[in-house]
Amino acid sequence: MTATTIPKGKRTAATLPPDEEKLKYFTARQWQLVWWRFRRNRLGLLGAGILIIYIFVLIFAEFLAPYGGTTLDSEYVLGPPQVARFWDENGFSLRPFVYSVTTERDPVTLAMIPTIDNSKRRYLQFFVRTKEYKYWNGNLIASDLHFFGVDEGTIHLFGTDSLGRDILSRTMYATRTSLTLGVVGVLIAFVIGLVMGGMAGYLGGQVDFFIQRLIELIRSVPDIPLFMGLAAALPKEWPPEKVYLMITLILGFLGWTTLARRIRGKLLSLRKEDYVIAAQLAGGSNARIIARHMLPAFTSYIIVDIVVYFPYMILAETALSFVGLGLRPPVISWGVLLQGAQNIQAIELAPWLFIPVIFVVFAVLGFTFLGDGLRDAADPYN
Amino acid sequence: MDIGTEQIDWDTLLEVQDLKVSFKTDEGIILAVNGISFSVQRGQTLGIVGESGSGKSVSTKAIMQLLPRTAVVDKNSSITWHRENGETVEITQLKKGGREMRRIRGGEIGMIFQEPMSSFSPVHTIGNQIIEAVLAHRQVSKQEAREIAIDMLDKVGISNPSVRVDQYSFELSGGMRQRAMIAVTLSMNPSLLIADEPTTSLDVTIQAQILELMNQLREEFNMAVIFITHNLGVIAQVADEVAVMYLGQILERGTAKEIINQPQHPYTQSLLKAIPRLDHLGKRLTAIGGDIPSPLERPGGCPFHTRCEQAISGVCDTQIPTLTPISNTHTVHCFLYE
Amino acid sequence: MLRYFAQRFIFMIITLLFVSVVIFIVIELPPGDYAERYAYRKLASAGQDVTEQDMINVRHEFGLDKPAPVRYFNWITDIILHGDFGESFLFNVPVRNMIGDRIWLTMALASTAILLTYALAIPIGIFSALYRHSFGDYLATFIGYIGLSLPNFMLALVLLYFSVTVLGSSAGGLFSEEFAEAAWSWPRVVDLLEHLWVPAVVLGTANTAFHLQTMRATMLDELNQLYVDAARARGIPEWKVIFKYPVRIALNPIVSYLGFDLGKLVAGAPVVALVLSLPDAGQLLLQALLQQDMFLGGAILLMISTMIVIGVFISDLMLAALDPRIRLGET
Ligand SMILES: Nc1ncnc2c1ncn2[C@@H]1O[C@H](COP(=O)(O)OP(=O)(O)OP(=O)(O)O)[C@@H](O)[C@H]1O
Ligand SMILES: [Mg+2]
Repeated sequence: MTATTIPKGKRTAATLPPDEEKLKYFTARQWQLVWWRFRRNRLGLLGAGILIIYIFVLIFAEFLAPYGGTTLDSEYVLGPPQVARFWDENGFSLRPFVYSVTTERDPVTLAMIPTIDNSKRRYLQFFVRTKEYKYWNGNLIASDLHFFGVDEGTIHLFGTDSLGRDILSRTMYATRTSLTLGVVGVLIAFVIGLVMGGMAGYLGGQVDFFIQRLIELIRSVPDIPLFMGLAAALPKEWPPEKVYLMITLILGFLGWTTLARRIRGKLLSLRKEDYVIAAQLAGGSNARIIARHMLPAFTSYIIVDIVVYFPYMILAETALSFVGLGLRPPVISWGVLLQGAQNIQAIELAPWLFIPVIFVVFAVLGFTFLGDGLRDAADPYN
Repeated sequence: MDIGTEQIDWDTLLEVQDLKVSFKTDEGIILAVNGISFSVQRGQTLGIVGESGSGKSVSTKAIMQLLPRTAVVDKNSSITWHRENGETVEITQLKKGGREMRRIRGGEIGMIFQEPMSSFSPVHTIGNQIIEAVLAHRQVSKQEAREIAIDMLDKVGISNPSVRVDQYSFELSGGMRQRAMIAVTLSMNPSLLIADEPTTSLDVTIQAQILELMNQLREEFNMAVIFITHNLGVIAQVADEVAVMYLGQILERGTAKEIINQPQHPYTQSLLKAIPRLDHLGKRLTAIGGDIPSPLERPGGCPFHTRCEQAISGVCDTQIPTLTPISNTHTVHCFLYE
Repeated sequence: MLRYFAQRFIFMIITLLFVSVVIFIVIELPPGDYAERYAYRKLASAGQDVTEQDMINVRHEFGLDKPAPVRYFNWITDIILHGDFGESFLFNVPVRNMIGDRIWLTMALASTAILLTYALAIPIGIFSALYRHSFGDYLATFIGYIGLSLPNFMLALVLLYFSVTVLGSSAGGLFSEEFAEAAWSWPRVVDLLEHLWVPAVVLGTANTAFHLQTMRATMLDELNQLYVDAARARGIPEWKVIFKYPVRIALNPIVSYLGFDLGKLVAGAPVVALVLSLPDAGQLLLQALLQQDMFLGGAILLMISTMIVIGVFISDLMLAALDPRIRLGET
């Protein structure tokens, strides 16, 4: 042995954790290493935090939303958000309250004018039992427990739309729709991408060539116009659930190419890694080599790619539904919610109709931060 | 620096005194070079040997002011450059990208790197980069520069230079690339050449050719050379003087003969034991035991004591050995000789 | 080089064929065929009953009784040989007349957005990489994140609102009233340019953010490459080192993306057109698709796709000109 083969101290030096963890560090598995590095990425953690909140909303939408997605409040149409407060000139209250409000149509301008009754407080109640709902669109247990409500009248923290529906509640249901659509779409894209990319990368040769060309072809077709064309071709009389399913399929089917390319590239480079070659020389079967040696090294990269892909799905759904080619009412999604706010009058008269945009932006940011953080953690030298 | 000046004869080109370089990183401060001193004489070759991470590259990059922004060169460090006309320049005082520094870079001190593969831009021709270098340091026209480039490629043994000059680095083989890199550097006519492991990434026969070429060109151009390697075997072929580095310190210095034949420091001895040699064919090669300590946890005392078989406990791990002369030209930092 | 050119050219032709087939499928996808809709529109609106025989006649007239490959062949040859895209039944006029110069407006819009993208993303990306971790870098990163996550119709609405309340003029449309229907003239072009920037900003923001990130990341990669230090070690001035080497190389991915950029921008056009009420092809496409006027929609899709595919081809050629590794077949 010459001194040449002494391992480089440089690489590990940059990421060395404190002393007591050192032994663990050298024997750690890939995902543990990723986690240790990820833990120190503040933006990544922020992204993860944001997404946890979203997942919470997604699961408990019925419980968190004070009203149903289509409940109308004819007393309060196109009403501005009510502000929850703890005190006013009449004194301080430990329990937050809102003022009693109603709206009326101005006979001349036809605009809805809210009248606030400063003297009437409505106190917020928590864990109230009001309207009964069936959990998860009637598929699971029924309950009537809501996270909050007011003792009398109604409360609309984000205001109401032109039919008097509570925007806060609708945003929560929309979160469920849009995110699950994203999950399913990404899953479809991922499965196809894994199969195609996996075949191309592992089998190589003719198969690789063919799949490569196919991917190139699909990538040269402009996607959103194609989404639009396909979405437009959906029969108008289809029920919204079926449209929902088809839109998800369309988004998923057209999105697999990026994932397939990444998976192929990673597999190709892994195939050349010493330990994989060693396993091959030792006579391991293909399936065993893929499962035991390649997949573990691989999962973190795939997860990154999946996470990074979400924003694309979310924004595509939002844009399609916004212009009326995607999901349709009565389905409630972020894009559908924003349909009501297509013009400048909306900004002037009822800017609170845009509150759902904030949810879109944060969802996209959450996925982006998480994805970037995970990528840095999984692949610090890239 | 007034201490060193008396010993320096007019033949000294470069004088490095107490060079200290540290890096600020997220994990803490890495002391990469810890107070090294050496000098290079005109026309002579200084070999610097040491394992990976011993700070060889960092010290030479400090000479060229090529360290990244995270690097801090200690205020008391001094790097003095003696021009042919008797002028002396204190490199540490120069502005990084300033005119004076640029004059030294390339024109007076040339540098070739470990990986010939990536020392060339992939989107510019070899000729383009040689011509750029020539134009930066010599008062010649573009056409003349091109001729110089072709001439140089010829000199470093590249066949068909008038075609090669318009090729890209990825069209050349590894050995050819390193030859081309040498051509770039020599085209600026430097008086000192820093070669940072120029042969490490090449295979053995090519290595020998490149070493041969460098020896020959050094004589022809009358250059001084700093030759960095972690292979003591290579050093024997090229160097007049050798400095052995470990964890940012020079542990032993002497002529090549002294270092090879009478190594004093246990570290040098174990480096030598790790080289296969014709006259010891029957014997086992022994790698140096233990790991190189992380640069974040430099051992106190003599930096080598954690791996040294002859370490004296209570001494080597607490005190820093001072410079001990063995002969006129040979010095060592080790308690065994104090 | 010639081989590469031929390769890309053949690939472009194949892609165009593929795209046209896909679009043809999309056109034929809605249930019921063109004949039914045509017959109901033409005859039923005139108060007549539609008989079986009418249907057969109409089918025959349009060649709809032939098998799909034949129908495709007729459709595409009509387009290529006669520039005949069929008839829009939404407006009862040939599609060709409907589209007119709207498609050029869309292209002008996309090109402006691309220029804007380059003008912002490249210098800011270089700056961010050179002054990493500086305040400016963080600011650019932050704005980049926002740019990527804000749906562009929202940006359009915000700009619109801003222009109405602060500037006192509506930023919608592509022309002022007096030029809307006028023939092309120099003042009309100027008027167009004055209006173009708002939609261009809206369309280009996400893309700018994307390229800014790419530029910054590649610059950071390239700045760490050995050849940069090698150039410095030759005594080349720092600015020249930066611009001749890393910047030059970091431009490659941007150039190679030109075709896809075009795609992304044109893709966003319908949404922005809706909000800003632009009289361009995007708006017409949206209208056509919403009404399932598939010939009109398909024609616009085909034109847009063709331009994008040509854009991809051009960017391939530009990349080859810029990067010898591609030109010489070294990948
Ligand atoms: N940019 C940097 N940031 C932080 N630490 C660095 C940096 N560059 C070098 N170092 C540290 O400086 C020390 C010396 O590195 P140097 O590159 O000089 O070693 P070397 O002797 O040239 O080794 P090799 O034989 O691997 O080239 C190493 O411990 C390394 O971790
Ligand atoms: Mg080195």
